Amino acid sequence: MRISDLRTAAAFHFSSTGARPVAGTSSGKPGPAESKVDVTEILYDLLFDYTLRTVALGSAVLGIVSGALGAYAVLRKQSLLGDAMSHAALPGIALAFLLTGSKMSIVLILGAAIAGWIATIFIMSIVNSTRVKYDSALGMVLSVFFGFGLVLLTIIQKRPDATQAGLDKFLFGQAAALLERDVITMGILGAVAITMVLIFWKEFKLLSFDPDFGATLGFPIRILDILLTTLIVVAIVLGLQTVGVVLMSAMIVAPAASARQWTDNLGIMIILSSFFGALAGISGAVLSASVPRLPTGPTIVLSVSAIVFVSFLTAPRRGLLWKWFRERKNRGRLRLEGILEDLYSLALSHENPEHAHSVSVLRLMSGGKGGVEKSLDILRERGLVRLVRPGEWALTKTGISEAEKMIELRKGETSEY
Amino acid sequence: MNIEQFEVQIIASLVAVTCAIPGVFLVLRRMAMMSDAISHAILLGIVLAFFVVQDISSPILIIGAALSGVLTVSLVELLNKTGLVREDASIGLVFPLLFSIGVILIARYAWNIHLDVHAVLLGELAFAPFDRLIIGGHDFGPKSMYVMGSILALNLVFITLFYKELKVATFDAGLAAALGFYPGLIHYGLMGLVSVTAVGAFDAVGSILVVALMIAPPAASYLLTDKLSNMIIFSAVIGVISAVSGFWVAILLDANIAGSMATMSGVIFIFVFLLAPERGLIALARRRSRQRWEFAGRVLAIHLLNHEGTPEEDRESRIEHLEETLRWNERFARGVIGRSVKRGMILAHDGRLKLTDEGREFAGKSAADEYIN
Repeated sequence: MRISDLRTAAAFHFSSTGARPVAGTSSGKPGPAESKVDVTEILYDLLFDYTLRTVALGSAVLGIVSGALGAYAVLRKQSLLGDAMSHAALPGIALAFLLTGSKMSIVLILGAAIAGWIATIFIMSIVNSTRVKYDSALGMVLSVFFGFGLVLLTIIQKRPDATQAGLDKFLFGQAAALLERDVITMGILGAVAITMVLIFWKEFKLLSFDPDFGATLGFPIRILDILLTTLIVVAIVLGLQTVGVVLMSAMIVAPAASARQWTDNLGIMIILSSFFGALAGISGAVLSASVPRLPTGPTIVLSVSAIVFVSFLTAPRRGLLWKWFRERKNRGRLRLEGILEDLYSLALSHENPEHAHSVSVLRLMSGGKGGVEKSLDILRERGLVRLVRPGEWALTKTGISEAEKMIELRKGETSEY
Repeated sequence: MNIEQFEVQIIASLVAVTCAIPGVFLVLRRMAMMSDAISHAILLGIVLAFFVVQDISSPILIIGAALSGVLTVSLVELLNKTGLVREDASIGLVFPLLFSIGVILIARYAWNIHLDVHAVLLGELAFAPFDRLIIGGHDFGPKSMYVMGSILALNLVFITLFYKELKVATFDAGLAAALGFYPGLIHYGLMGLVSVTAVGAFDAVGSILVVALMIAPPAASYLLTDKLSNMIIFSAVIGVISAVSGFWVAILLDANIAGSMATMSGVIFIFVFLLAPERGLIALARRRSRQRWEFAGRVLAIHLLNHEGTPEEDRESRIEHLEETLRWNERFARGVIGRSVKRGMILAHDGRLKLTDEGREFAGKSAADEYIN
């Protein structure tokens, strides 16, 4: 009785888990075995296989548009807006169909966009006029809209005239079911969205980084805010058809979060983010076409997550690996400085700056941690200490002046506080 | 109402109350979106647990799901700690990935086994009465009633045992840490509870609607009370009202029950949002308008006092003149005058305004207040 609507809703949720045509099967060959992936064959299919070409192209367009607009969402701390919008689109799609009886993508996209827009207004007015916080407003609107969408879907199914097969296809987020004309629709809408970003470049930049300053300069910040949010909604709605609801929220956040690690410049960030989105889209489409029973949407999410992982680790300056190296280097420097200082203070108490001291004393002073000998060796190589007798070390002349300089410097630093 | 309908309403109400309790803390701690993340990520836990036990009805699945909920929370924390992205972005990165892995695992390895993703992901309340607990030939009612009942009991025990800790950790995390309350432990305990609740509930109502029942009733009661214990009780009550009214709406429209419950929880929120006695939109608007009149009354009184006994008095106290000096339109000016006359602050005679003794005192006090402020 209700099994079918459950399926619809579930599928709306996680895109093309069902059997999808594998590229290659359409040309009569069996899908390539997963153990060996033939690169030339994939490239051939990418160019000449209708399904794969369409899916890859559609995913690329989606990646570019959601990457570009996602950058703004992430910068404006609205990463989860994508999640809310994609769920809130459901009643819009259902109502658009109920009212017009049409299953054309453009009608459904329009319905989705309007619903997403209304959801945004709801969220804003709840946040602005009550003490309910942004995250609660977001979560509530997301789930209530989705629930309402489910109700509408079950009502549509009861209508005698309407088999909502076409609607299903739209809701399913089936990348495999993308048609060339869907990709063209996506391309046109995406191009419009990106053109708007270029036209309002300066305004959106101000809006993202310092809206208060923008307002004092006389920019219509509220209108710009609505415009940018509308563009983000457009990007999200475009993706529903390809990757489904949950996965669409990843396409908004992940490329932008990756791009953010590589640059501090908004322009470069948006270009990188679009590039990452496209890369994830194409590689996800190709991967899912070459491995049997690998659904496209989730595979795209895996690809984009891999990009996130690599960016977080290796991006220069911000990346975790770099941070780790830097910290290690700092720790090493601090340890060397500590030993130099210890030697100096010991020497002071002996009134002979070049008095030698045993390693065990130094080890004790550095808190019993290891690596004292190694540090002493490094210091000797730099000509700051010398070995007087086996196991006994003293500062050299340069070592003394180095230690004094260091202590002076530190005094200066602490006196600032 | 037949017995199945009655049972469905009981189960729905149990789900609603069970969700509302941890939901209160999610809303207060600004972690509402965690419930969304967890409710998606538990799919992976269910699938992995299914691979281990190969039994779709095993209770191990609930444990697997709860563990994956905690995994989600830990991964989000881990990402937060790197400082590379903000918290909302870390949530948005983690749960789609875990969810995708779950979906891919099902698509690749469980597609021919009897693991119906749809049934796991989106339960259906209408079917709940058909899966019954039968021991020794005796029918003890629907199974899910017992599952939800146990989870509700677990929630109640947790909340009662750690009420003070939860309260302090929610409103003042720093103080909680200083008192040795281990905010981290409370955090993970609460998230574990959210995970278990989400698993138990989404079997009946589906993951997205779990989020509705966790957030909408607490958000509504947040507008109704300042007291934590009241907020929990109100949330539970609103949850039950959403559940029962949602059920009947679904019957009326012949539509999905869980969806109707979520919709009703939203409708109730909108009602509260508009009508809440102190924080509702209407109350706010009334307060603002009262303040506006009040302020205008003061301005008028001070204006009259300033010009009292001066040569300009005759001109300045004319009603028409107010429109010029104070830039009030005629209707507003008449409104202010009417209210001030009613309060006995001024007398209006022949188009001239005069302060009463009381009005003079009021104006003096108001002017002093203005000066202090």
